[in-house]
Amino acid sequence: MGKEQNPPVFLERRSYRQRRLMDALRLLPLVGMMLWMVPVLWPVADTGDVPPIKMSQAITYVFAVWLALIFATAGLWSRLNDVSSGNPSDDDAETTGP
Amino acid sequence: MASLNLLIGVCLGYVTLLFGVAFVAERAAARGKGAWLRSPLVYTLSLSIYCTAWTFYGAVGYAARSGMEFVTIYLGPSLVMIGWWWVLRKLVRIGRTQRVTSIADLISSRYGKSNTLAIIVTVMAVIGVTPYIALQLQSVTLSLSIFADPSGATDGGMNLLSAGFWVALGLALFTVLFGTRNLNANERHDGVVIAVAVEAVVKLIALLAVGIFVVWGISGGITETMARIDASEIGQWHMDRSRWAALTVLSGAAFLCLPRMFQVLVVEHDDERHLHIASWAFPIYLMLMSLFVVPIAVVGLDLLPAGSNPDLFVLTVPLSQGQDGLAILSFLGGFSSATSMVIVATLALSTMVSNHVVMPIYLSLQGEGATVSGDVRSVVILSRRASILIIIALGYLYYRISGGSGALAAIGLISFAGVAQFLPSMLGGIFWRGATRVGALCGLVTGFTIWIYASLLPSFGTDVVLSQSVFDMGPLGINWLRPQALFGVDGLDPTVHAVLWSLLLNTGAFVVGSLVSFPTPLERLQGAQFVNIFAHSGHARGWSASVAESEDLMIMAQRILGAREAQDLFRTEARKQGVDGHLPEPTPDFLQRLERELSASVGAATAHAMISQLVGGTSVSVQDLMAVADESAQLLEYSSQLEAKSSELSHTALQLREANAKLTQLSVQKDAFLSQISHELRTPMTSIRSFSEILRDTKRLSGEEKTKYASIIHVEAIRLTRLLDDLLDLSVLENGQVSLNEATGAMDDVIDHAVATTQAGGATLRIARVNGPVRVMVHTDLDRLAQVFINLVSNAQKYCKADVPELTIELREEQGNVEVYFTDNGVPIPNDTRALIFEKFARIDDQDGSGAGLGLAICREIMARLGGDIFYLPMTNGNRFVVRLPQTLALAAQ
Amino acid sequence: MGKRVLLVEDEPNIIEAITFLLSREGWHVDTHSDGATAVDKVRDLAPDLLMLDHMLPGKSGLDILTELRSDSDYAALPILMLTARGQMRDRAQAEEAGVSRFMTKPFSNTEVLNAVRDLTYT
Repeated sequence: MGKEQNPPVFLERRSYRQRRLMDALRLLPLVGMMLWMVPVLWPVADTGDVPPIKMSQAITYVFAVWLALIFATAGLWSRLNDVSSGNPSDDDAETTGP
Repeated sequence: MASLNLLIGVCLGYVTLLFGVAFVAERAAARGKGAWLRSPLVYTLSLSIYCTAWTFYGAVGYAARSGMEFVTIYLGPSLVMIGWWWVLRKLVRIGRTQRVTSIADLISSRYGKSNTLAIIVTVMAVIGVTPYIALQLQSVTLSLSIFADPSGATDGGMNLLSAGFWVALGLALFTVLFGTRNLNANERHDGVVIAVAVEAVVKLIALLAVGIFVVWGISGGITETMARIDASEIGQWHMDRSRWAALTVLSGAAFLCLPRMFQVLVVEHDDERHLHIASWAFPIYLMLMSLFVVPIAVVGLDLLPAGSNPDLFVLTVPLSQGQDGLAILSFLGGFSSATSMVIVATLALSTMVSNHVVMPIYLSLQGEGATVSGDVRSVVILSRRASILIIIALGYLYYRISGGSGALAAIGLISFAGVAQFLPSMLGGIFWRGATRVGALCGLVTGFTIWIYASLLPSFGTDVVLSQSVFDMGPLGINWLRPQALFGVDGLDPTVHAVLWSLLLNTGAFVVGSLVSFPTPLERLQGAQFVNIFAHSGHARGWSASVAESEDLMIMAQRILGAREAQDLFRTEARKQGVDGHLPEPTPDFLQRLERELSASVGAATAHAMISQLVGGTSVSVQDLMAVADESAQLLEYSSQLEAKSSELSHTALQLREANAKLTQLSVQKDAFLSQISHELRTPMTSIRSFSEILRDTKRLSGEEKTKYASIIHVEAIRLTRLLDDLLDLSVLENGQVSLNEATGAMDDVIDHAVATTQAGGATLRIARVNGPVRVMVHTDLDRLAQVFINLVSNAQKYCKADVPELTIELREEQGNVEVYFTDNGVPIPNDTRALIFEKFARIDDQDGSGAGLGLAICREIMARLGGDIFYLPMTNGNRFVVRLPQTLALAAQ
Repeated sequence: MGKRVLLVEDEPNIIEAITFLLSREGWHVDTHSDGATAVDKVRDLAPDLLMLDHMLPGKSGLDILTELRSDSDYAALPILMLTARGQMRDRAQAEEAGVSRFMTKPFSNTEVLNAVRDLTYT
């Protein structure tokens, strides 16, 4: 009885696309974390011979990452909406969580 | 220069405006036009209570002191929002299905509805948030003092501490008025949410306005500003690496754990789609809030004399340029930040305090627990108000003790570290089924103790709580217990040190405690439900319900939910179960639903305790235990299809059971029918035969005796005739062969006629009439209707055994029906015979020979023919029969 | 003083008829119309004959019969049972419980008198 309800091994194209979009959405915070931890590696004022990063550059970097993440999230979200419209159930994507 | 009085006037005007907005919003919500209140935009804006006065004033000060580090406070929440799929989605779903009212409720509910945990979390939250509230007081008073004494050099303009007191009092009143005007069943506050959203807009505009003024008005453009930044004293990248990483993580954790954030993220909203939009919209808000922080800090450092408080640059920079209007806008922004934070934070905390501390104590003091009479809602509101006052008073106390001197950012971080202690138990609870109550208790207590010792107590300064020697040498000279260098780890930044040790040991204790302890069945069920919330949004635990009396549950529910709401809930459930009347069967499903409704008002642990008190015994059945033991069985059980089918089946089964019970009773009735009819016919026949034989066979009878015996024969013959009439009448009615003589007449007249007919013999029954305001006309068979009334009145005459028998006849118009209530003051018909009274020959008192037991059966048939209805309602001391005619029959006559 | 009969019956007109009939035959007729206290009444009066209706308020005739027969003092008491229900099962049950005579209403006066005589003179 349970066997018949198992999802098929291969999905049709649309659900496949939808799942990969979800994957990307799930990965975003990890990407963001990595990018925002880059400043930890930057040379600082008091140490060594490498000249420290300028404040203006730091600001630009942090805010650029911020904007990129926001655009990526919003973009992925609206793509996902487009893909799943007409296919109202995105439950399968939900139940296949980690 | 804006005067202090003008400023206070502006504040009051602003607060009035907020009240207006909140009022309009609540009115709209009450009238069902509140859809816009639940839009993704409002959700996103309400999240902005993350940005408090600390953000508004403190971020600039923070930047002026430590450069870019301030931004970590916003990076953490941005990541959490962008990663909504991982944690927030689950929290919101759990919050919705389990009706969670606060973070304490979530944790206690997850770990087997433990009230101990709820109390611990509540106390921790109150202590953890106290510095944060103090911070708001401090920033509002500081900003006021700037206007009182623009030089900012001395405190001379006003007494900061007394000003703090007035600000605290004002905030407390504001919150009480705003948040506890009524008790909302689901802990939502539409008015508050919308006011918070307005304040979010105000503070964003204020900060952006100052930023734009600084960049384009003072510095002269973006390029120039950047150059100015690079040339300033914070122009080079210098940072504490450990702090950068630790604060990002800490702020993310606090974003999830702060009681006020939990309130707006989870409790006030339940639409998961809003989360999708907020996942990118809220990072935009955070980014905009931090965009101009560094420029303002740099310009402030440049323009203002050395020694000016950088925490107030947002105000002092416009003031120094003569921009009073901008400064007032900026002040309003800061004021908004502080007020919105205090309102939501104290609301969230007061809910926790009242649900988890005050109500359990109150209910246990009441002795009988769940069954005391009276409405507890006023108690709930009172306890919430008192909690709000106490929490703000604590904030003020902290402000006084800490001297109101620390930098805003430092105080904020202490709070963050405190509430972050909830994180292991919360995340562990929703991701790991093995997490147990003991583990959560160990983790929370360990983490919190370390936080108090390493972070909170040192924050008061040396020699206030902890002496200098403790800092230097450790307590009792134990070196490795120094509060800022635990286990000999020296040289770490104090904040990082406290966060690292408290969270590390917290998590460790949580994991070890969970591994070595064994959870109770309830914990395991809740754990399975929380962790697999998406696999089955059903409900795992079952009440074994047979002992619970629906009436007791009703009484309890009325006290907590309010009479109307409780009755609606019960009626809906009864209809769903397919049961007649107002009281549903206490099925496990219904009990669970009721428990969730109650938990919204008094918290999960209390609601659970109250229900289990009424239901009695253990709440986990053998089946539940088997389900826990066998996980695959559990999966099957929860597959939604099966669930739907089984609920359908149980619904049908219930109907079948009812039908079957009725059939069995009817068959007994039918069996008795022959005996009955035989008895009813033979009894009068016996007298007739016997006396006619006496008259025939006895020679010497006096004339008097002859008359007497003849009249007995006569009376018994009439009795026989009446019985046969009734039987015929009934069979005609039952076969639908009756023809109705419809006419129009006044209901009152029909009742009058019935009363006159039955009272003709000078009966002892007192009859009182209650009529509606208008004369109700009906178009129906008036004679048949009168027959029904006569039957009911004469039944009351026969069966009402009160000392002073009394019958009240009341005419009402209700929901499109005309209803006539016949209420007597006799002994209520026993429960087991109620279902049968409308059946043939069903006499309540089995041997009362004066009637054949056909009257009510006839009444029922007549009312069915007339398109109406007759039914019975038990009263506490009496019986009520209701005759109902549809209004259409009445309207046709007018 | 003639013999005593106790009539346990709740229909006033039937009581009247039987009282009339038996009085004329020289019986002393006591009547009682409550089932619940009927057994006590029997113990009080110690009648020579008991006439028992089947359907009584408080306690059924069959129960009263069973209770009396379980007491050795009344094992031999002639008991005439009257019923208006006319069900075969009732008769069977009553006979099993030890009734002396079972009659269905309506009865002819002669029938009743004969039955009473049978039960008390033979």
